[in-house]
Amino acid sequence: MWKWLHPYANPEVSYHFTDKIKPWFGWATFLLLSIGFVWALLFAPADYQQGESFRIFYIHVPSAILSAGIYAGMATAALCSLVWQFKLADASVSALAPIGAIFTAIALVTGAAWGKPMWGTWWVWDARLTSELILLFLYLGVIALNNAFDDKQMAGKAAGILALVGVINLPIIKYSVEWWNTLHQGATVSKLGAPAMAAEMYWPFLFCFLGFIGLVGYVTCIRFQTEVISRNKMRPWVRALVCDNNQPEEAK
Amino acid sequence: MQFESFSAFLDMGGYGFYVWLSYGVSLALLITLLVGSKISNRNTREQIARQIKREQKLKLAAKQQAQQEVTNES
Repeated sequence: MWKWLHPYANPEVSYHFTDKIKPWFGWATFLLLSIGFVWALLFAPADYQQGESFRIFYIHVPSAILSAGIYAGMATAALCSLVWQFKLADASVSALAPIGAIFTAIALVTGAAWGKPMWGTWWVWDARLTSELILLFLYLGVIALNNAFDDKQMAGKAAGILALVGVINLPIIKYSVEWWNTLHQGATVSKLGAPAMAAEMYWPFLFCFLGFIGLVGYVTCIRFQTEVISRNKMRPWVRALVCDNNQPEEAK
Repeated sequence: MQFESFSAFLDMGGYGFYVWLSYGVSLALLITLLVGSKISNRNTREQIARQIKREQKLKLAAKQQAQQEVTNES
């Protein structure tokens, strides 16, 4: 496996790889999200207790799962960068942080908009909500540290350490609904075992979830490419690439 | 189809404000992320291209100056 992975340590190989997979992510996102949103808003049944407000579920839960999932991916990249001095991993960390922050913000906003009609309050300082808010601050901290240094290598190290320390928050988010008495309900959907919900609600959820994953992949490709070319701007292959892409526009 | 009319769809069984707030804010944030990422990618490319052009200009100017010095001397 290491032999197979080895060429991707080269920024040029990685760049062209992301260029190849990017359109697939783009089209998958477009298809899955258009089906998923229409299904979630128009065809999925209303919940017998929560009525139509249940439709918030189809964006709240996928983005909440992704907010933690992206953090796990970002922390893995940070570990690779700190332990093996793998430079491209730094590019991944700074590419992923803003995406994770956006999904955390979506989870918080949709949670508040769902909490107001169901719990009677926009916000409570309970374990699940507070730990998710801390996740947002961790993302913002990683972004801020990445921008705080002119030297990209130093910035990557500082941001990577914060990302790794923040991993402690992930199990707290996951088990907060079990460890403490919270207003937030327990998990409805889990990877292992059958979901505790009806199939006609589960399918639109799956489409939205996979669509969001596709979007994360697509935006990650774009941001990763930006990071790679800005970190390698002296390399001949980046120069050729940039000049190639700009010439047709000038000709117009 | 769960709704009988368009106004019922907008009303969302009385939860219209909360449902549309959620979907609206989420879409706005996601579009901001997508467009922002594309713009910063283009800006980075343009910045590198500008830098290359400036370097080429400087090189050309240095060459011309050297040539002029040679002709002046002779």
